[in-house]
Amino acid sequence: MGRMPVTRGFTGKRRGAAADQQRAERLPPGQYDTGSDWPSLTAEATPRVDVERWSMRVDGLVETPRSWSWREIHALPGSSYFGDIHCVTTWSKFDTTFTGVSVDTLLEAAGPLPEAAYVMAHSTTGYTTNLPIADVTGGRAWVVWDFDGEPLSIDHGGPVRLLVPHLYFWKSAKWVTRLELMASDRPGFWEQNGYHDRGDPWLEQRYQGDP
Amino acid sequence: MALVETRWTSATIAGIERDGTRLVRLRLDVDGRQEHLPGQHYVVRLRAADGYTAQRSYSIASDPADPLVELMVECLPDGEVSGHLHDVAEVGDVLEVRGPIGGWFTWTGDVTAVAIGGGTGVVPLVSMLRHARRLGIADRLRLVAVGRTLDELPYAEELIAGGAFVALTRENLGSRVAAPPYPEEVRTLVDLPTPAERAYVCGSVGFASFAQRVLGEAGMRASEVRVEQFGATG
Repeated sequence: MGRMPVTRGFTGKRRGAAADQQRAERLPPGQYDTGSDWPSLTAEATPRVDVERWSMRVDGLVETPRSWSWREIHALPGSSYFGDIHCVTTWSKFDTTFTGVSVDTLLEAAGPLPEAAYVMAHSTTGYTTNLPIADVTGGRAWVVWDFDGEPLSIDHGGPVRLLVPHLYFWKSAKWVTRLELMASDRPGFWEQNGYHDRGDPWLEQRYQGDP
Repeated sequence: MALVETRWTSATIAGIERDGTRLVRLRLDVDGRQEHLPGQHYVVRLRAADGYTAQRSYSIASDPADPLVELMVECLPDGEVSGHLHDVAEVGDVLEVRGPIGGWFTWTGDVTAVAIGGGTGVVPLVSMLRHARRLGIADRLRLVAVGRTLDELPYAEELIAGGAFVALTRENLGSRVAAPPYPEEVRTLVDLPTPAERAYVCGSVGFASFAQRVLGEAGMRASEVRVEQFGATG
């Protein structure tokens, strides 16, 4: 990216005490603002994902299991998210921009069966995380490959990850490759390891047993 | 449509018009512009001398064939970006922009559609309307524009002239008493002359939920409703 121009006359109102207050209101309970940092936390060794061999699959309780190559998924209608993300390890990051494709677009192509109520996201590493289908539909979840205008780096799940920004970020599976639609809930990797099945940061659903 | 990779670029303000105290219409000459689809938006980023930045998303009002990109920005109380655009920005200023963004909330005229916008949620509908009129397919697009008063509704004159059904919630309009749109008013647009194949809803989170309910009551299938919601972030 080239050097960007300073906006004439712009100083930024949201700094100082008022800014701190406004930012504080955007933090779910128990979270802190990580600012421009983006900590990277991973349960497994960082994989090498070859985009020529990677594919995105939607299967399980669907009318037609569907699969997209790297090229094919880029040809789908694109979609972006602009907003905040929250990690269970208590950092939140404001004003992120991710671009990829809406999970709605993928599910629509496969046609979820009426009994499909949950989704298991699978990564190339074998990592899994479970989500109610309502949390990945209605414009609330994406499969993304671009962060802030640049290709998503591998330590942040690049070349492609799931993005479910209204839930704690372990739900946004890195290196995602498959969404499996299920009739009943089944715990994923962290969920088997004591973390909450849903993970709403505003309800502070960090661990199994939280409300 | 192939996904268009977008990058930050610069845009020069070619025109700026303050419409009342709350709305500012920006006409932008975007460097290396990529053509948009009606319904998409841009991100505008402002940069202070010390590198501090603030960015917000704004829907595009212009027709894809327009050589400039038109954004309509609502000035929010104490809005950091909208306040700057409303109070400080002038023709010739250079802003950072990124877009077009969003591939779901788009209408190109391929299906007949009902689109409901509340407040500045009508802005992407204006892009759809201009596109439809240029292509001579305005019969495939039925618009519902909801505002508090006519003065506060962006593009009110253009929407009325373009055949939109306008519902005002705080003042009467002609013989229509102030009220949100009724399901039967929306049903007429969903059904006639042929059933709409898709619906679009754009507005605040509260408005979007209201409009989706009304569309449901008017017989629109939920799976054919595409929604774009925004919160007031300044």
